[in-house]
Amino acid sequence: MIQIENLSIEQGAFRLHEVSLVVPTGKYGVLMGKTGCGKTSLLEAMAGLRPVVSGKVTLGGCDVTELTPAERGIGYVPQDAALFRTMTVYNHLAFALNLRGIARAAVRLRVAELADWLMITHLLNRRPVGLSGGEAQRVALGRALSFKPAYLLLDEPLSSIDEDTRGSLVELLNGLRKSAEVTVLHVTHNSAEADRLADVRFRLDDGRVVAEG
Amino acid sequence: MTARGANARFYVALGLLGGLYVVLIAAMIFADLFFTTPDDLWSRLNSPEIRYAIKLSLVSCLVTAVLSLWVAVPLGYLFSRTRFWGRPIVETIVDIPIVLPPLVIGLSLLILFQTAPGRRIEETTASRAGFLLTYLVTPTLIAIASVPLLRQFVPRGHGLLYAPAVALASALVLRFSGLGAEIEAPLQARFGTRITFQIPSVIIAQFAVSCAFAVRTMRVTFDQISPRAEQVALTLGCTRSQAFWTIALPEAWRGLVSAGTIAWARALGEFGPILIFAGATRMRTEVLSTTVFLELSVGQLEGAIAVSLLMMIVAVVVLVLMRTLGVRGGPA
Repeated sequence: MIQIENLSIEQGAFRLHEVSLVVPTGKYGVLMGKTGCGKTSLLEAMAGLRPVVSGKVTLGGCDVTELTPAERGIGYVPQDAALFRTMTVYNHLAFALNLRGIARAAVRLRVAELADWLMITHLLNRRPVGLSGGEAQRVALGRALSFKPAYLLLDEPLSSIDEDTRGSLVELLNGLRKSAEVTVLHVTHNSAEADRLADVRFRLDDGRVVAEG
Repeated sequence: MTARGANARFYVALGLLGGLYVVLIAAMIFADLFFTTPDDLWSRLNSPEIRYAIKLSLVSCLVTAVLSLWVAVPLGYLFSRTRFWGRPIVETIVDIPIVLPPLVIGLSLLILFQTAPGRRIEETTASRAGFLLTYLVTPTLIAIASVPLLRQFVPRGHGLLYAPAVALASALVLRFSGLGAEIEAPLQARFGTRITFQIPSVIIAQFAVSCAFAVRTMRVTFDQISPRAEQVALTLGCTRSQAFWTIALPEAWRGLVSAGTIAWARALGEFGPILIFAGATRMRTEVLSTTVFLELSVGQLEGAIAVSLLMMIVAVVVLVLMRTLGVRGGPA
């Protein structure tokens, strides 16, 4: 379960005041809201990338508010994919596994499995330069899921890709939702995306989160 | 008039205005070239004094470039990624050598080494260089070299923490095996020297100016690399230090080459601080820029021209190298 309790964030003039939400274990939560309302800041705070003024972030009943991003074990896909420009796609998928000291054969197996699921096996030796938006997002998704996190945060992963690619990526995410292996919070401002994927929906409005069902 | 014709006239006007400067530089180079002959140029460059100056310039510029990068990478990263109290003041201090007249930097260095701490440093380098190189520099180099190996055997993210222990162990082994005593004496004989008006002062004078340019280049480089990739690396399990070494630094490699090249080139052209702080003693602290001055001061215009041409060739090679790598102070 992902639980945020009365979380407040401040950065310069921007302020998010006492936000709360709950995504039950294995469910796919979608958070919507206007541009600039603080959706990305909220995800960053949950991932441990932004300091919080007050409140709590709880994952599976464990308070992680004071933990480092590495200790939280959250998969995170930012809006711009933020791929590592000097690494091949293979190394992206193997990155978190290598950090955990997993045996080389097991890493190869996991990378092959992910690449097959994401349909990027033919890209494994490529570097990010020249990848399409959809391909980059698939790599970013694979990188975030590579170490089998229990929680996944997606920051508008489909916002900058064309309709056809978006359709196939939505199918991938829908498969992830059905598997219920990971609890997801997906930020978007696309209602169709939310309709297709959401088990639980939230709207961030005037600094407050409203559950929509 | 057609739009194409109007565009052409505009670009030609711009070209004429800017072209005057290009013509001036080209004319200067050709004037130097036609002042001498290839045979004369070769014989001048083959003189022992100029060969010594070439050798010292190459070595001192290389050391300066390495030292500049050593400082510029951490400082550039700090300026780019962090907001700390007093940062504007620190940035201003680092930029001072860029705007100060070079002679003032040389004079300030000279004054610094006349103070009590400065004199103490000079005494230490003169009498204890062998000791420092044996028991401080050598263990540090061993520790740095062992970091990749340490990373294979120690817990994740702790490789760097074990490096000081390796350095200490190396120093103790050197001390009690007797090996340290054997290498200390020759190192002292070779490197034991005062600083002012000696070779170290050439490097310090070059470093004092060049490093500021390298810091500025590295800061721009890191500014142009989005911190987002490093943040993602943190969520994947990296420590801040691992994110820097595995993500930020490899992405900054073009900026790194650029900063090193700029530092090297600035060091090569440095004259004022070297003249004041190191002097211009033949076959001792003479580098190429001081050779031009020394040759002119004894009326050897041909020698000065020969060295000038050599420095121009080096400048062209550096510029071509930078353009080939696509470096303009930016990241990959």
